[in-house]
Amino acid sequence: MNNAVELLTSTSEWQDIAPLLSVRELNKFYAPGKGCGDINFDLYPGEVLGIVGESGSGKSTLLSCLSARLTPDSGQVLYNSEQFGEMDLYAGEESQRRVLMRSEWGIVHQHARDGLRMNVSAGANIGERLMAVGERHYGDIRAKAEEWLTAVEIDTGRIDDRPSQFSGGMQQRLQIARNLVTHPKLIFMDEPTGGLDVSVQAKLLDLLRNLVSRLGLSVIIVTHDLAVARLLAHRLIVMRRGAVVETGLTDQVLDDPQHPYTQLLVSSILQN
Amino acid sequence: MSAATAIGYNFAYLDEQSKRMIRRAILKGVAIPGYQVPFGGREMPLPHGWGTGGMQVTASVIGEADKLKVIDQGADDTTNAVSIRRFFAHTAGVETTELTAEATLIQTRHRIPERPLQADQILIYQVPIPEPLRFIEPRESETRKMHALSEYGAMQVKLYEDVARFGHIATSYDYPVMVNNRYMMDPSPIPKFDNPKMSMMPALQLFGAGFEKRIYAVPPFTQVESLDFDDHPFEVQSWEDACSICGSDHSFLDEVIIDDNGSKMFVCSDTDYCRERVTEGFVGEAPAQLETEQ
Amino acid sequence: MTANQLMIDVSGVEKAFTLHNQGGASFGVLDNASLQVQAGECVVLHGQSGAGKSTFLKALYANYSVDSGAIRLRDGEQMVDITSALPRRIIALRRQTLGYVSQFLRVIPRVSTLEVVMQPLLDLGVDAARCEAKAKDLLQRLNVPERLWSLAPGTFSGGEQQRVNIARGFIVDYPVLLLDEPTASLDATNRKVVVELIREAKARGAAIVGIFHDEDVREAVADRLVDIKAI
Repeated sequence: MNNAVELLTSTSEWQDIAPLLSVRELNKFYAPGKGCGDINFDLYPGEVLGIVGESGSGKSTLLSCLSARLTPDSGQVLYNSEQFGEMDLYAGEESQRRVLMRSEWGIVHQHARDGLRMNVSAGANIGERLMAVGERHYGDIRAKAEEWLTAVEIDTGRIDDRPSQFSGGMQQRLQIARNLVTHPKLIFMDEPTGGLDVSVQAKLLDLLRNLVSRLGLSVIIVTHDLAVARLLAHRLIVMRRGAVVETGLTDQVLDDPQHPYTQLLVSSILQN
Repeated sequence: MSAATAIGYNFAYLDEQSKRMIRRAILKGVAIPGYQVPFGGREMPLPHGWGTGGMQVTASVIGEADKLKVIDQGADDTTNAVSIRRFFAHTAGVETTELTAEATLIQTRHRIPERPLQADQILIYQVPIPEPLRFIEPRESETRKMHALSEYGAMQVKLYEDVARFGHIATSYDYPVMVNNRYMMDPSPIPKFDNPKMSMMPALQLFGAGFEKRIYAVPPFTQVESLDFDDHPFEVQSWEDACSICGSDHSFLDEVIIDDNGSKMFVCSDTDYCRERVTEGFVGEAPAQLETEQ
Repeated sequence: MTANQLMIDVSGVEKAFTLHNQGGASFGVLDNASLQVQAGECVVLHGQSGAGKSTFLKALYANYSVDSGAIRLRDGEQMVDITSALPRRIIALRRQTLGYVSQFLRVIPRVSTLEVVMQPLLDLGVDAARCEAKAKDLLQRLNVPERLWSLAPGTFSGGEQQRVNIARGFIVDYPVLLLDEPTASLDATNRKVVVELIREAKARGAAIVGIFHDEDVREAVADRLVDIKAI
């Protein structure tokens, strides 16, 4: 089992773990009410944090700020990096942030075409991150690409096909494989199941759930789908109009919501 | 100014201010080997794609004492080469030559001469697409960042795709190189056969892209490495045949179809080199087909 | 775990629900609730429907928050107050200390019955073969037909799903076990199995708080009956 998970379950040592990511007084507004503000939280190794809220609540803006893709107006994002140690993301060099993005981090976009190179093969899509971190042995790269295709349940016979020949669900799984190949510690996901058929969603969710627990990943996942949040997230942040209105244990937030907006959100979903 | 110059034009066609601006770009390029320097490209009296980038560089560095050679795919006698040579003969009144050994300036489209170049020579390449990363990353802002931060992993993707599809690195021209261990560079569409010649070359190499308005350079004696994989090392083309005219088995050969039955022969792409060898007494084996026809 | 060791210590818990979207209606459910449970003891909550039994149990699991008071649960040498603990502390607690069995199985798409049952033990890092053996044993005891083990329980009957859920709830030997009507609508044979499982848990020292509608189960497992109104 992964180290991080083991630490989390160990009662004696759990308090000593340092957060992987800390957000302090983060603000980013495009216009009044558009963006996110006054954001504070810690993410610990092995934790899956869900950010929920309706469209326009600022959750995607927040995700972009957290994942070094959008400079906040003020505030800090502190990250405990394997390579660079404790770092203040936006105080440091862009080159370091870009190194993080292709090594310790993964970003799974809602639209696969934002996260994949559509004009090169599936194998090259997975191999690119390896080559980006200096891998120069074709045979090894290909073997790893096959291994990760298998892990995300894509037939290895499709390795030389382009993502444009794949279904939406397969593209999404390829995107995940492409991210995981460098063994990142932290994955950012933006509505990873959005736009997929329900049956395809279920498969993807199950795959994600397994990978996350097997690899001990820390995840920040933005979703408006509370069922997705319940299945994947340990902890939730509920956002509305750019502000955090409620946080807590996922099942506590969903089963005993306190804030009027969370209550509305929860009561709006159909019960099965 | 020489009497041979066309009346009403400045020496070598471009005005002196433009040439000065281009020379500044060239100097910057020499100072940062492999880095693409933007420059204020001028209109030349022929369409883009016909070597306007190379011509602007040539016009900016050429002097009255220079001897100019122009080749297109290795040959001195093709349309593009002939017209550019004639252009500078008219506008600058310089001497031209077909002999690699005699030339001080060589403007080339898609080849490096076989005869090793010397320290007092300058080789000027015509470049259609200067950005080696373009095929994988369409955004200019992003490719610039990739160069700035030496993020060249994506470049291997191109080679990966080759090996995946063909079992070997099938890219045979325009083969990406790393200059001075720093900048990834597009060597222009020369055959990869010529890539090794670029490294540690005593002559100065200048590259001009007219359409995209970029200049870059490889200073003399600079390391130029071709990309590859550990298990698929860089290799140049080789031929089973030798040149039918001069018998060379070590130069870059063109395949020439000689009749309607598809019979073919191989000849040196570098016409000057071939002629030189013939002068020295080398003879090739003409294909059987040719002999029977005679 | 020694007998008479305090495992659950609830004091002064208040809980009211405020429905902000229904005119801000507010109603209190728990009023100064207190309860102590020792290791090896099974406390059964009773009281009328709607009296707050289930709310109390959910508060013990931190599934519901409380307005005031303390809920302290033993985790090894420590007593952890779950009303103020960090989410990841509660998740750690749930993983190895605190079990909760309801009559409803939250179905995870595509995951086989055997895996659903094994998962909590696997998550503790226990060797897969041991997890599988224990899962099979529980499924067998709860009369879940072997042909169903490799299938996802999503399509099973209500009773079958319920028994899969019980197996999942008992696969880890949690020191604190919360049972929310696990036997509701089970037949007599399977009720008896659940009673055995509860007795075994008590025997190994688990502190149990449960809600049972069936009188026979209550009689069979309860050390104490506690009226929710009196808590």
